Amino acid sequence: MKNIPIKRVDLIFEEVTCREMVQKVFKTDPDEILQQILDSGLKGRGGAGFPTGMKWKFAADEPSNEKYIICNADEGEPGTFKDRQILSDVPEKVFCGMAIASRVIGATMGYIYLRGEYKFLLPLLDEKLIIFHELMKEMNQDFHIKIRLGSGAYICGEESALFESIEGKRGEPRNKPPYPTTSGLFGKPTCINNVETLVHTVMILKYGPEHFRELGTKDSRGSKVFSVSGDTPKAGIFELELGMSVSDFVDEFGDGDTKSVQVGGASGFCVPRKKFEETIIGFEGVPTGGSMKLFNSSRSMYNVLHNYLDFFTEESCGQCTPCRVGCQQLLKGIEAVKKGEKNSRYLDELVKLASTMKIASKCGLGQSVGNAFSSIVENFREEIIY
Amino acid sequence: MINLCINGLLVKVPKGTTILDAAKKLNFKIPVLCHHDDLCVAGNCRVCVVEQLGGKALLAACATPVAEGMQILTNSLKVRTARKHVIELLLSEHNADCTKCYKNGNCELQDLSNEFSVGDHIFLDLIHHKEYTIDKFSSSIQKDDSKCIRCQRCVRTCEQLQGVNALCVAFKGSEQKISTFMNHSMAEVICTNCGQCVNRCPTGALVERNYLDDVWDAITNPELHVVVQTAPAVRVGLGEDLGIPPGERVTGKMVAALKRLGFDSVLDTDFTADLTIMEEGTELLTRLKQALVHKDKNVALPMTTSCSPGWVKFVEHTFPEFLPNVSTCKSPQQMFGALAKTYYAEKRGLDPAKVVSVSIMPCTAKKYEADRPEMRSSGYKDVDFVLTTRELARMIRQAGVDFKRLKEDKFDRLMGSSSGAGVIFGVTGGVMEAALRTAYEIVTGREVPFENLNITPVRGFEGIKQASVVIEGCKEEWKFLEGVELKCAVAHGLSNAREVMQAVKDGTIDVHFIEIMACPGGCLGGGGQPIPTNQKIREKRAAAIYEEDMDLSIRKSHENPEIIQIYKEFLGEPLGHKSHELLHTHYRERPRY
Repeated sequence: MKNIPIKRVDLIFEEVTCREMVQKVFKTDPDEILQQILDSGLKGRGGAGFPTGMKWKFAADEPSNEKYIICNADEGEPGTFKDRQILSDVPEKVFCGMAIASRVIGATMGYIYLRGEYKFLLPLLDEKLIIFHELMKEMNQDFHIKIRLGSGAYICGEESALFESIEGKRGEPRNKPPYPTTSGLFGKPTCINNVETLVHTVMILKYGPEHFRELGTKDSRGSKVFSVSGDTPKAGIFELELGMSVSDFVDEFGDGDTKSVQVGGASGFCVPRKKFEETIIGFEGVPTGGSMKLFNSSRSMYNVLHNYLDFFTEESCGQCTPCRVGCQQLLKGIEAVKKGEKNSRYLDELVKLASTMKIASKCGLGQSVGNAFSSIVENFREEIIY
Repeated sequence: MINLCINGLLVKVPKGTTILDAAKKLNFKIPVLCHHDDLCVAGNCRVCVVEQLGGKALLAACATPVAEGMQILTNSLKVRTARKHVIELLLSEHNADCTKCYKNGNCELQDLSNEFSVGDHIFLDLIHHKEYTIDKFSSSIQKDDSKCIRCQRCVRTCEQLQGVNALCVAFKGSEQKISTFMNHSMAEVICTNCGQCVNRCPTGALVERNYLDDVWDAITNPELHVVVQTAPAVRVGLGEDLGIPPGERVTGKMVAALKRLGFDSVLDTDFTADLTIMEEGTELLTRLKQALVHKDKNVALPMTTSCSPGWVKFVEHTFPEFLPNVSTCKSPQQMFGALAKTYYAEKRGLDPAKVVSVSIMPCTAKKYEADRPEMRSSGYKDVDFVLTTRELARMIRQAGVDFKRLKEDKFDRLMGSSSGAGVIFGVTGGVMEAALRTAYEIVTGREVPFENLNITPVRGFEGIKQASVVIEGCKEEWKFLEGVELKCAVAHGLSNAREVMQAVKDGTIDVHFIEIMACPGGCLGGGGQPIPTNQKIREKRAAAIYEEDMDLSIRKSHENPEIIQIYKEFLGEPLGHKSHELLHTHYRERPRY
């Protein structure tokens, strides 16, 4: 696999006049917009990487006069903080992205589900929304955006739990199918996109899908905003072209002693030093919603894993058995191995349990706990045991 | 129609069918825990996961609709491993002291553990270091969180089936639990004690408060005279817990068994059901007279029934503005209790202080009802102990009575005879039908104009039924009812009760009389009935009740000779002084949480 050398990009935070963009959007045929998004190869930037154009197409094809577009701003993945920056720096572009999606799918109502801890952004967003709504009115467009605040539950970033939360219920994931594009918020066809994804659609319309396709690899087109943290002299937010190898990334951001990189947060994968060369950051390698955490040799991977499991034990909604009890068992399990109460072979049982959680849990949360667990245990087994 | 392949066999099912039901069609049983036929899909226990060829994740068979060309494996290595893990995980957070558990032997988790886990205990014990207190404050329901597997059947029952919302899910992750408003005890919240959650709980987390030892103590005490009454729905459910298939009437066997257990007198709640009809029918006619003749605008109409203690508590919490509309009649159980320690004791020459009255009910709310402070009009606690159908079955097993082979016996005299009208109290629409049979005849002197007295419009399982009968040819004293179309409604299950009362409130329904039963199907689907109870079983029990009605020679309450006798010798007349004292009650407003 050929990797792309590290390259800074500046699309997401580029200043764009919202008025011009919106005017352009509402003059363009929805099918044409959709084609451009499809052509761009854009995949969801929240982490799961579902092709955005396809999602929009499914929602657009649903025969319903009531549809919703939702901006998922419940940025809860540990080590991710890029949406916060996008919302504070270029909120108009997020609204504009929602307007584009609404045009394509035929929605008149949009919601921004804002992480509870980002409440401080509310005055700014409200202020900018007034301007946006005035613009809509001026252009005779029937599209309105409401903001809903989360209350601190990680699970509410899962799309169907997020719908439940907006509907005023307890945030618990739903069964799928039906998928959101068929039956989402209030049982209506709903398109839900990450903050960054929506901004990308604005830039694709501005510069054309070819411009976007030129960046990245076959499976991972375009650029992505990364939240870099951990043992790095350059912590912060960086927009980079997709398709670089972990080793290029570490050369740029590492402190010279990087032992591993956790790509994609608590629900992502741990890449150890010996795999830096061969691992591509992107959908063909390790996908990420943006979280990149670097650990140097002073860190105990047991502590890292314990921390993640502690997080999941608390943040599982508790609804389904594999996730609710599985997380507790993994956590208590590594504690027992560390203390010597269980022998090291018990780790193998736990790895099997993690695989069950991956295939038997109800939603993405439970299904991804196994990612961090297996990749850390596999690569740092000694650190877990001794 | 959708074609799919399950374990290599082709099957064709209608669109929307779940994988679970499609597999059932091919006689493949997929285990379930959170799934219940009466409830909406949850898909959260994950015991029912199956493999789809080519799919990454397993699918919850109960929650996934079939798709064309699907290839499903219900017993692959992947499935077996996952299923075993799920069961082991549930067991690791479950208080599995089975021998100490009331549900030992009738526990769905125990069954699954028996089938799949074979005592391996792969995982760490997560339960025994935690402290749990059992909530025993309610008269009816006992909640033990250490046995809860969070399948949320109870929550869905309380929320969707009953529309009560006393139970809810609280907290998340490892702290997640089934709770109540502010985690108050079941006795302090909006719980109606209907016990539908108890009937659906797969484990011993929610069970009825049992009073078996108290009843045994009373029976074995030679100084006490223990009378037992049995509700109409018990005789069509009891057999199920004693190895007899659903839908079989076991009235005679039940009476024989009760006598063998040592009760001094085995009597029938159906008798007081007939009495209820006399009192409640008269009350309705009186209210109608006030409204029609005296043009009294304050008379509370429509009148609703009051036999179901779950409904009574529900209306006290939820629609307190309608309390005057609820009939002041006590339920048949409480009428029986009040008479057992007055009329019965007097006739038998017994000291009422030495009479213990026990009732066998299909219901858990009856336990609460018996404990209400108003229910002491005999000067004693009118009903001392209430047992559910399930508890009686347990007593019969404890006593080693071979129920299936018992010879049928008859109820004792004095409050032991009943009409078919009393029997059908056990099914939704039954009280209405019984009331119409009597009221129509009192007013017109003729039988109600339905073939064989079967008032079919109020029968069946539709959530809310409406019917009307035009009253013609009235006797002189009832002339004001001439030509009046008596309109009635029947609702069963508290969600339907809420709907019908809301309609009354909104003025979108115009009726004189409403029968409301808290449980789906009426008492035969009560929270105290054998587990499992589902729609198929409810239908069978209902058919049995109607058979019992048809079998009886007397089918109208006012023709029950013991009813005629009690009015002559003791009560005087319906709504008379004695009736008011013993057979009627009052209600009070309760908080809305």
